[in-house]
Amino acid sequence: MADNLQTLQEQVLQARDGGHKLNIVGGGTKAFMGRAADLDAGTLNVGEHTGIVDYHPVELVLTVRAGTPLKEIEATLAEEGQALHFEPPHFGEDSTIGGTLACNLSGPARPWAGSVRDQVLGVRLINGKGEHLRFGGQVMKNVAGYDVSRLQAGAMGTLGVLTEISMKVMPKPAATLTLAQEMSADDVIHYMNSRAAEPKPITAACWLDGKVYLRLSGARSAVEATAQKWSGDVMENGDQFWRQIQDMGHEFFTGDDPLWRFSVGSTAANPKLDGPWLIDWAGSQRWYRGNAELKQMEALAKEAGGQVSLFRGGDRGGEVMQHQPDALKGIQRRLKNSFDPDGIFNPGRLYSWL
Amino acid sequence: MTTNPKISKAELAEQFRTFIDPEYVITDDETMKPYECDGMSMYCEMPLLVVLPETVEQVQRVMRICNENTVPVVARGAGTGLSAGAMPNKEGVVLSLAKFNRILDIDPLARTASLQPGVRNLAISEEAAQYGLYYGPDPSSQIACTIGGNVAENSGGVHCLKYGLTVHNILSVEMVTVEGDVVTVGSDGLDSCGMDLLALMTGSEGLLGVVTEVKVKLLPKPEVAQVVMAGFDSVQKGGDAVGGIIAHGIIPGGLEMMDGHAIIAADDFAQAGYPRDAKALLLCEVDGTEEEVHEHIAEAEEVFRKLGATSVRTSQSEEERALLWKGRKSAFPAVGRISPDYYCMDGTIPRREIARVLTEMEKMSEEFGLRVANVFHAGDGNLHPLILFDANVPGEFERTEAFGSSILSLCVEVGGCITGEHGVGVEKVRQMAVQFNDEELQQFHDLKAAFDPKGILNPGKGVPALRFCQEYRSLEYKLHKHDHTEAAHG
Repeated sequence: MADNLQTLQEQVLQARDGGHKLNIVGGGTKAFMGRAADLDAGTLNVGEHTGIVDYHPVELVLTVRAGTPLKEIEATLAEEGQALHFEPPHFGEDSTIGGTLACNLSGPARPWAGSVRDQVLGVRLINGKGEHLRFGGQVMKNVAGYDVSRLQAGAMGTLGVLTEISMKVMPKPAATLTLAQEMSADDVIHYMNSRAAEPKPITAACWLDGKVYLRLSGARSAVEATAQKWSGDVMENGDQFWRQIQDMGHEFFTGDDPLWRFSVGSTAANPKLDGPWLIDWAGSQRWYRGNAELKQMEALAKEAGGQVSLFRGGDRGGEVMQHQPDALKGIQRRLKNSFDPDGIFNPGRLYSWL
Repeated sequence: MTTNPKISKAELAEQFRTFIDPEYVITDDETMKPYECDGMSMYCEMPLLVVLPETVEQVQRVMRICNENTVPVVARGAGTGLSAGAMPNKEGVVLSLAKFNRILDIDPLARTASLQPGVRNLAISEEAAQYGLYYGPDPSSQIACTIGGNVAENSGGVHCLKYGLTVHNILSVEMVTVEGDVVTVGSDGLDSCGMDLLALMTGSEGLLGVVTEVKVKLLPKPEVAQVVMAGFDSVQKGGDAVGGIIAHGIIPGGLEMMDGHAIIAADDFAQAGYPRDAKALLLCEVDGTEEEVHEHIAEAEEVFRKLGATSVRTSQSEEERALLWKGRKSAFPAVGRISPDYYCMDGTIPRREIARVLTEMEKMSEEFGLRVANVFHAGDGNLHPLILFDANVPGEFERTEAFGSSILSLCVEVGGCITGEHGVGVEKVRQMAVQFNDEELQQFHDLKAAFDPKGILNPGKGVPALRFCQEYRSLEYKLHKHDHTEAAHG
């Protein structure tokens, strides 16, 4: 646990005065994400700015320094029977909460429990002028000022250096159980969405290798009664399976083939593209392994009502995120300029033009 | 903020009438009168003119003309807002979205609804009910308020502890920029690439763009809902019970609290059978599957009894549940019956501070010589103190405002904020300086300029001009110091 704020602020000011750029690094486990980092930029290490600042279990609110490892946060919450319901992926021992928010990463529970962005209540960040600013708060509802906190989700550090995050936490469910059964990729879209439309305690729905997996969590009686009504076999090691999906430890994610992430309408037909697919979030998030052009993938994503990004591997010198229309490009450029007028933070990491 | 329009009222109206039905370009005072305020009727201003476009293309043309000529634009839904966010600008146009009132599509399998911004909040759930679905956020004004306004204010309601605010329940918005471009922010997916512009748009109070379509998520209607009512003989015990239930691991669908004044007013009005001698009343609704509700209701009853409830009653039928809620839902009009006027505040605090803040508020009530009743969303620490006053007594509204302002400062002092769901608008623009410093406010101004360089969208709302802040902070400091000295003496 260390408060490294002053050093961080000084480094930002030095970069500003010296006309340098900075790559923001936490635990360093997400270096594979986004476009390739600018090799000429220096490193700003937030990984040493750690520690839990405030935690009252009764409030369901946690405030932590951005460099705090997820595992440390989760261990503290577990002592109180609470958890991060958005199930952040751990890409290594050192994955931090700051990086998780900057990359907007959430696990299998996301459609029901919300995403990391949904749970954020407030942030503190250092902008490109070296000012340490506070937005949002530590309470469940706060509509004073623009929602700068949630704007950071997915910005990949391009708007500032996250130093502190306040977020909502939730009690751990009393019981959890996973049902698995064989199903084709064509049938599973309708099946998962129909199940999600029932008022039952479903908290994950994923399809892989011809099998659909549904997870039920909540009050024991409700979980057991639902499992009786729904088809599928109770999985013995269900928790282990979901952990592998959450952390991308499953063999689907191994190997060097480019990994594409489709964030699309949950009921959209699966894109006609040969190769391995993993359907998660009851159809809203779909993973594909294989070589392809971003343009071609964008067309498929558009057809499915959503967007695509190159999550890992492939050509990281070109764009890896969905093409932005001109009007939105303009807004994002000006937003970047309003937070980071000298373009210090993570140059080109999100888009070549940002 | 002055914008110095480059065009006269007559010229502007003439231009609009070339592409909008002339009947919907309103320029006479009598017809414009209903637009002079929103739900916060203490703040009024007559606009230059009012337009009611019927197509997105018309909205685009209105924006282009106004931007070129630096004419302020105030977008307006149903006008139910409670912070004067839709109060007109006297040099500007009120852009009413009232004609955009169609539900475009409901997809029961995907559990989504595509809506024009003028669709009423309750109408979404009414239409979705045939599929066993509903729309989560349910602000008290849901009969009248529109989804476009909900997006602008990031509206919540009784059920947001469990089901979230507007920002958690929308997938995308289509909006018209000041330049007149139409852009879609968000998608049918649960997130989009890059920085989260959808979250930024939500709650931006009409300062960044004009929303012309919204896609929302729908939820399956819970199988069962039951409510436990618990009375307590002190505010302290009631406040502690709020934390107690959550610490126990139950997330209620709704968790509402009323103080002694509100209990009696609401019970007189609704005859709900509330314990009239109680100093605090909790309504705790648990929803879910039959098994889950059965399990959690039994636990909730036990928690309340353990924490000193003087009465505990659980609804045994839908009628009884409706009756218990009726008192809470009619609490505002009920309080309206016992006072000529009331002023509804909207601060949030950490739950653990509920008892302390309510006790402090009672003291302030004596100091200001004004009664206050409390009805609020205890589950998420969102207070709605109702200050009772008489607008016909000279100076009383000013005293009410000062009282309200002290309450908001107290909220910030205990770690909360100045608005949980009503927005800043005009009403709380000064108090922004209590919650944010000048650098933070400047960042807000810079952010706004990224969308609206000329500052034509809802000028003067949401974020204060920095030159007023220093003055307000020093005034607040003096007042506040004074309060505490007084309290120490009293």
